[in-house]
Amino acid sequence: MTSPANPAQRARRLLLHLISIAVGALIVVPVWFGVIGGFKDNGQLSTNPLGLPDPWAPDNYLDIVTAGVFWRNVGNSVFIAVASTFVVVAAAAMAAYVFARFAFRGREFLVTIFAIGLMFPFAVAILPLFILLRGMGLLDNPLGVILPQAAFGLPITIIILRQFFRTIPGEVEEAATLDGCGPFGFFWRVLLPMARPALATVSVLALVSSWNNFMLPLVVFTDQSWWTLPLGVQAFQGQYSDDTAKVLAYVVLSMIPALGFYAIAERQLIGGLSGSVKG
Amino acid sequence: MTTPSILSNAGPGGRVTEPSGPGSGGVRRTGRRPRPGRRRALAIFLTPSLLLFLLLVLAPIVVASYASLYKWNGFGLPENFIGLDNYTRAFADPVFRGDLWHGLVLIVLSLVVQLPVAMGLAMLLNQPLRGRAIYRVIFFAPYVLSEVTTAVLFNLVFSPNRGFGDAISRFLGADAGAVFADPDTVLYAVFLVVSWKYFGLYMILFLAARQNIPKELNEAAVTDGASAWQAFRLVTLPLLGPTIRISVFLSVIGTIQLFDMVWVLTGGGPIHASETMAVTMFQYGFRRFEVGYASAISIIMFLLSLVFALIYQRIVLRRDTEGALTVQGDQR
Repeated sequence: MTSPANPAQRARRLLLHLISIAVGALIVVPVWFGVIGGFKDNGQLSTNPLGLPDPWAPDNYLDIVTAGVFWRNVGNSVFIAVASTFVVVAAAAMAAYVFARFAFRGREFLVTIFAIGLMFPFAVAILPLFILLRGMGLLDNPLGVILPQAAFGLPITIIILRQFFRTIPGEVEEAATLDGCGPFGFFWRVLLPMARPALATVSVLALVSSWNNFMLPLVVFTDQSWWTLPLGVQAFQGQYSDDTAKVLAYVVLSMIPALGFYAIAERQLIGGLSGSVKG
Repeated sequence: MTTPSILSNAGPGGRVTEPSGPGSGGVRRTGRRPRPGRRRALAIFLTPSLLLFLLLVLAPIVVASYASLYKWNGFGLPENFIGLDNYTRAFADPVFRGDLWHGLVLIVLSLVVQLPVAMGLAMLLNQPLRGRAIYRVIFFAPYVLSEVTTAVLFNLVFSPNRGFGDAISRFLGADAGAVFADPDTVLYAVFLVVSWKYFGLYMILFLAARQNIPKELNEAAVTDGASAWQAFRLVTLPLLGPTIRISVFLSVIGTIQLFDMVWVLTGGGPIHASETMAVTMFQYGFRRFEVGYASAISIIMFLLSLVFALIYQRIVLRRDTEGALTVQGDQR
């Protein structure tokens, strides 16, 4: 780090810090309001929205973590995210392998079809998807969320993995073939282990998008016992609309898994996002 | 999120260009007719993804286009064929026209406010500033929160008499909880919350692009007597071109589909003042059971995204597949 002595540069640096702190405050203060708000009662919230609670009232948080609903939402979210990620990464890795290393007629056509799939977000397809799922009897069934999420995740996952699979030199495959590996052996024993960083990246992206999905579980799950965290948060807000402090506590608790995951997987997440755009 | 990667990968006609990286050798080598074992492998490897994709992504679009030509409540089979009436109805409906207008306003706001701010912050974080890693982590953090969580949090921040946002707006002379209750301000309030969550994404993209620009280029410009601003405008900005174009693209496509945030923050109200196409579609499809009409709105959203993507790819992104910028982008 260069340390400039002259005052003009020092002033400039100070200005940059001030800007950063101001922007940081815009992000941190609402969250902070939530965290400490959860420790207040509603009377304190209206007289003292930003200061420390006096007295501290941990009941809001304790009520939520001791009741089962929150944990069930978390468990459902985890299960659905992990299952969706597994399905999408498995299916996409196989397809990406074929698209990256096989030459066959219609390959580019298929790749283009998947690429056009990027234009089909849930919002566009949700209504007919709902009708199809109802026809297949997949409402109030976790597969009704897992399979469509995996299907909609295919395009980006295939594209990133294909890109990566292409960078593995042909010589590696030749060597594996000479050693008696067929296409399956090469895929399973050579390609996938070599692709671990890329698999981590696409898995993180798939986990996050499943975790945050709202629209699809909203229409698929009428049965509360399958609700995921976003549905739980929204329902809790509706149920306790008069109890701002309690809802704050719920929102804060529901942020913890996402923020914790961000703390662990920051590198994959940021690398994946900027990498997928760079293509 | 994902569209751009294919756009930067695909040529103007949507055809994916052959790779120029080391992998291409392998592809070309197998250019012969595949051996039977390989052919079987090919079928087995492609089946799961094709099945999922055809059944759950492509089929719904076909169903929606079909249903959009009927007056249908979503139960039984559609029988009451009404041609394009659902579409003409949409374009005559003041609510749907409002949706289009709101989308346009949100897009313009993101282009002139959100993206420049994100770029400015990326340039700031590119400076050798103590603690910039912490700033970066904080600026990006809202992106990992779900739209629902964000929306509920801001509902509470502005909740009448109990939120500090409400306290601030009262201090500034506005009515209690007014920003989300007033049809004149609600759309801007929604925009601010959307930006709160998403600016970090664009910042990260700009930062990654900025860090890919060789230091020597800016240093050379400064040596040649350019001011910092000139070096930015004449060297950095053009080299950020591909990222700017991708960000504009993401922003537009994202706005066309905006749902979760609006649904939870305002439900589209008051009096439809913050309603988006997706919200209108959801209302008709899942609340009023006018599935035919809602399908027509879905198809309009889809066509808008598709037409925008195709035109944008033709006119704007095409530049990225030509000339010096490509060379840099192609190194991946």
